[in-house]
Amino acid sequence: MAWDVLKAAEIIDAHRHLDGATLPVLRALQEAFGYLPEEATAQVADALNLSRAEVHGVISFYHDFRRAPIGRTSLKLCRAEACQAMGADALASEAAAKLGTTWHGTTTDGRVTLEPVFCLGLCSVAPAALVGDELVARADWPRLAAALDKCGR
Amino acid sequence: MSRTHRIFVPADSAALALGADAVAVAIADEAARRQLSVQIVRTGSRGMHWLEPLVEVETASGRIGYGPVGLADVVSLFEAGWLEGAAHALCIGAPEAHPFMARQTRWTFERCGVVDPLSWEDFVAHGGGQGLAQARALGAEATLAALIESGLRGRGGAGFPAGIKWRTVRETQANIRYVVCNADEGDSGTFADRMLMEGDPLALIEGMAICGFVVGARKGFIYIRSEYPRAIRVLEQALELARTRGLLADCDIELRIGAGSYVCGEETALLESLEGKRGQVRAKPPLPAHAGLFGKPTVVNNVLTLATVPSILVRGAAGYAALGHGRSRGTMPIQLAGNIRHGGLFEAPFGISLAELVDEIGGGTASGRPVRAVQVGGPLGAYFPRALFDTPLDYEAFAARDGLVGHGGIVVFDDTVDMVRQARFAMEFCATESCGKCTPCRVGSVRGMEVVDKIIAGRDVASNLALLEDLCHTLRLGSLCALGGFVPFPVLSAVRHFPQDFQRP
Repeated sequence: MAWDVLKAAEIIDAHRHLDGATLPVLRALQEAFGYLPEEATAQVADALNLSRAEVHGVISFYHDFRRAPIGRTSLKLCRAEACQAMGADALASEAAAKLGTTWHGTTTDGRVTLEPVFCLGLCSVAPAALVGDELVARADWPRLAAALDKCGR
Repeated sequence: MSRTHRIFVPADSAALALGADAVAVAIADEAARRQLSVQIVRTGSRGMHWLEPLVEVETASGRIGYGPVGLADVVSLFEAGWLEGAAHALCIGAPEAHPFMARQTRWTFERCGVVDPLSWEDFVAHGGGQGLAQARALGAEATLAALIESGLRGRGGAGFPAGIKWRTVRETQANIRYVVCNADEGDSGTFADRMLMEGDPLALIEGMAICGFVVGARKGFIYIRSEYPRAIRVLEQALELARTRGLLADCDIELRIGAGSYVCGEETALLESLEGKRGQVRAKPPLPAHAGLFGKPTVVNNVLTLATVPSILVRGAAGYAALGHGRSRGTMPIQLAGNIRHGGLFEAPFGISLAELVDEIGGGTASGRPVRAVQVGGPLGAYFPRALFDTPLDYEAFAARDGLVGHGGIVVFDDTVDMVRQARFAMEFCATESCGKCTPCRVGSVRGMEVVDKIIAGRDVASNLALLEDLCHTLRLGSLCALGGFVPFPVLSAVRHFPQDFQRP
């Protein structure tokens, strides 16, 4: 969704009363718009009485916050040790090759963005993935592809 | 129509990730087709993850488990007469009698996998709320004394005595105090916090309410990582339930979601994040117990620490303290992960050996190949070879062997693992997740990756190994927090115990 100053102001207003509101505000904005464009920095800074540098610092610190939109479905593959022990590196290479993209990259049709994640808490049923909102354990490419299909091509 | 049959299908993330929702739907459909009245109860997980989805049916002789149940098994289970607990290839009998469960001693996870996590009636029927009632009856001082007597230490990894921390906060002069639950469980190989929050969230909430009562806090926060969407949803509903039932009458709790930073699991970085800032580590002192969230005295405890408190008060501090090994008292929820046949959650008194956990309980590797290494305590924990498998699970015993118990996660690797790659990954992870505050961690981790790359390429291996050792020494002594300070554990343990992987021709 394109940045909308009024809608953003509404979202900020719904969260600004919280103690230490910056993260909840940024999370809510990203949930609504899909990413945090440059305009977000100034508007959040202004609303929360922070400097733009402070808000930029927060956005750039956390892996979850994005400065640009991603594909329609996020494919998160766990890269941490328990999944490595069950072949996560090979699975990531296979997924990247099948999708024709790399970490943080989006397929040319704009459908899927491949993202690394460090632990989904499914370490006993590794390797693990999060496809859109769906958790996948003992993941292999056919299971990931099936989950991606469910998210719509 | 006959009686209503109760069927329990886990809604724990591990079960969901193995198709539990679809199985629940298939069971309901098949029951309807057979005109049977069933009530499907969504529970947490028992912790036997290789059997998930592990479905249980309530019979005249108690609950009988079947697992792992796939969509294709549902019809045959009904055919066999599973609603009466009949035999079937997937039948495991009574779950609590299964050897994996029967060997456990559950205090923290006593209700997990048994109850509907969002049923107040289940919670109360299984002893929920009695811990807080007991605390109120005893009074704050006696409750604190019981907690200290129990010997409970922080389960997040540092192992600091919980009672001492609570007393420090209680004795501060302050108008506002806070209780903060660290639910930023970022260590690979750990999922106990997630399971507890999904399977028995009210235990955590009750533990926080007790903490608020003892230290005089009127406000609490749960800081949970964003990578746990299911746990977030369950907690939101559990907090609402707790609020309507009066559990939060004296100390309200707010749920806050992280944003994908590992270092925010460090308590001072977590507090910075809660305050709306970059998750950069603070120098200590001051301790959070003196000047924590918004500069106020704050208890920061892990999920498991807080969730165990009600059990200790109800079942008795002396009984908890009687379990364990050395100065590590009580039970530890151990997580068996990675390349392991019987992965899951195993709660046992401290003192159990790695060999028992990996070989007997875990059943060796999932791949069937020999176990070569285990990493205990997350990405900052040491890699142990089989020669050290006699190490008992005990904070001090692990420290004596340059290792960590940490949050109790054990990641198993088979003989295909390349330890020089694991050492490189430890440095890479530290570089990715460093908060950037101190130079040894921020720069040293990147230099560490470069040095390991040279070793992998076979360039000046001896001098680069010496340099790596030296760099680890600087990281260990020169970093503010455990991220830079502990990354030498995996790196140097890999070098020490698996030298052949660093010396390739």
